[in-house]
Amino acid sequence: MDDLNLMPILPELFLIAIGMAFLMIGVFKGNSSTNTLCWASCIGFVIAAVLLMKSDWSVTYILSDMLVIDSFAGIMKLLILLGLTVSLALSVQYLHQERIARFEYPVLVIFAGVGMMFMVSSNNMLSLYMALELQSLSLYVLAAFHRNSLRSGEAAAKYFILGALSSGMLLFGISLIYGFVGSVDFNTIRETLSSLDSIPPGFTVGMVFVLAALAFKISAVPFHMWTPDVYQGAPTCVTAFFAIVPKVAALGLLMRLLFVPFEAATDQWMQILYFISIGSLVIGAFAAISQDNIKRIFAYSSIGNIGYALIGIVAGTAAGVGSVIVFLLIYIAMTAGAFVIILSMRRNGLAVENVTDLAGFSKNNPVMAYAMAAILFSLSGIPPLAGFFGKLFIFEAAIESELYLLATLGILASVVSAYYYLRIIKIMFFDEAVDAFDNDIALAKRAVLLIVTLFLVVFIFVPNFLLDSAMLAATSLF
Amino acid sequence: MESVLNIGMEHYLILAGILFTIGVFGIFLNRKNVIVILMSIELMLLAVNINFITFSAYLDDLAGQVFVMFTLTVAAAEAAIGLAILVVFFRNKGSIAVEDISSMKG
Repeated sequence: MDDLNLMPILPELFLIAIGMAFLMIGVFKGNSSTNTLCWASCIGFVIAAVLLMKSDWSVTYILSDMLVIDSFAGIMKLLILLGLTVSLALSVQYLHQERIARFEYPVLVIFAGVGMMFMVSSNNMLSLYMALELQSLSLYVLAAFHRNSLRSGEAAAKYFILGALSSGMLLFGISLIYGFVGSVDFNTIRETLSSLDSIPPGFTVGMVFVLAALAFKISAVPFHMWTPDVYQGAPTCVTAFFAIVPKVAALGLLMRLLFVPFEAATDQWMQILYFISIGSLVIGAFAAISQDNIKRIFAYSSIGNIGYALIGIVAGTAAGVGSVIVFLLIYIAMTAGAFVIILSMRRNGLAVENVTDLAGFSKNNPVMAYAMAAILFSLSGIPPLAGFFGKLFIFEAAIESELYLLATLGILASVVSAYYYLRIIKIMFFDEAVDAFDNDIALAKRAVLLIVTLFLVVFIFVPNFLLDSAMLAATSLF
Repeated sequence: MESVLNIGMEHYLILAGILFTIGVFGIFLNRKNVIVILMSIELMLLAVNINFITFSAYLDDLAGQVFVMFTLTVAAAEAAIGLAILVVFFRNKGSIAVEDISSMKG
């Protein structure tokens, strides 16, 4: 028995400890402690990020090779912690406004976050499954958090049923991989497969099941059906959380899975992801056009963005993975900024969700309207904003791998999706004004919006620094 | 006669495959009650367990059986959360029929 070295997962252990401590505090102090616990959790995420940055990112296997710590896992965990901090900070005011400020919220966010961090550093099908379930079970409960709302319950029911179906498919795939390769350890699977002359068909079937299950988790076409309904029905702060963080974790997990254990089957998975990517781009661009609910629009927008990220993965190179990491950082920023506005869409104390409610936003609140315009321009990929570079890096990686068709389709999808982003801008700036929104916007939301807008504008000066560090992290997968 | 009674690995795998398929169809074809969906999910997970144990026995490797222990635990947690969500839904809607889970479309 080798030494039990838990130092590499210190950030996760810290979050588990404060998660359980906050649960006890919540139980004894009741819902009045929600505010304190939310902000304490935000600070906890920052502390975890500091612990993570101070730890050693060289490749380390711990707990009998169940988990791996490398620079890819490190940088994905940083992205996850960033997303968790931002989305929790955005939630606090909304929880109070909707009278759902219960202490379970920050605790569930912490546990979901721990699950996500384990997901990106899992090195065994067993740890992958347990981490994915820790995340998913927390997310199901979060979707139902507004328990007096019919839509919240319905969203949770749909999310739960399809999520459980996808876990079942994941497990079935894992069982086939186990049966035909003889191991559930990522490195052993990789070595066994590359020593064989041809890939066993049973393994390929298992891999397809696993990929289908993960496509559910990242809401890629054809497994995206749940996304618009869940985004619309869940409380808006939970929607923001869903849009920002779990996608990052699931994509991180997918990348490790594809480039480590499934490396020998690259030809097979590339074909699958090729079509999933095209489907996501098309649905993400066209289905959002006819939507009027802004949460549904952003659901389709997230489906489209997953399509772009998948292009980078299909490229199959360190450059591709690096560009996906940068794209995810920009995606987190843009989504967080957009949800600041969506969370602030309230009239007479009630949330409104229709795009047309934004009419006259530029007259009633010019500062936020211009920030939203910058975010939407960035989402539609207009230079010199950050969103342009995110897509540019991905298309560059695709062209290097000679995926001309995919890159062209990506650009076309980007043009089509510009329509519905620009439509929101048109409504904000040129449509006849309706009543102004309530003006009590929390400091945290204003701060997030400011930081996001600055980041999107300033990104043009530092793109190479970020891309280089992402590339460096990506090479640890290859 | 002897060959009929000789149960091999493929029989277990076919059984698991059939049970899994029944579970998937139970989710998609069922139009009545959400509880049936929960049962179908359970059926899928148990079919996977048969798969794992079969492979574990034939590969002479313990990892599959360990996996089953974890799957069983997670399946129990999943069922608990699923039922809790159904209770929340029932309190607001007064029904758990599948066709009533349809206020959002598009």
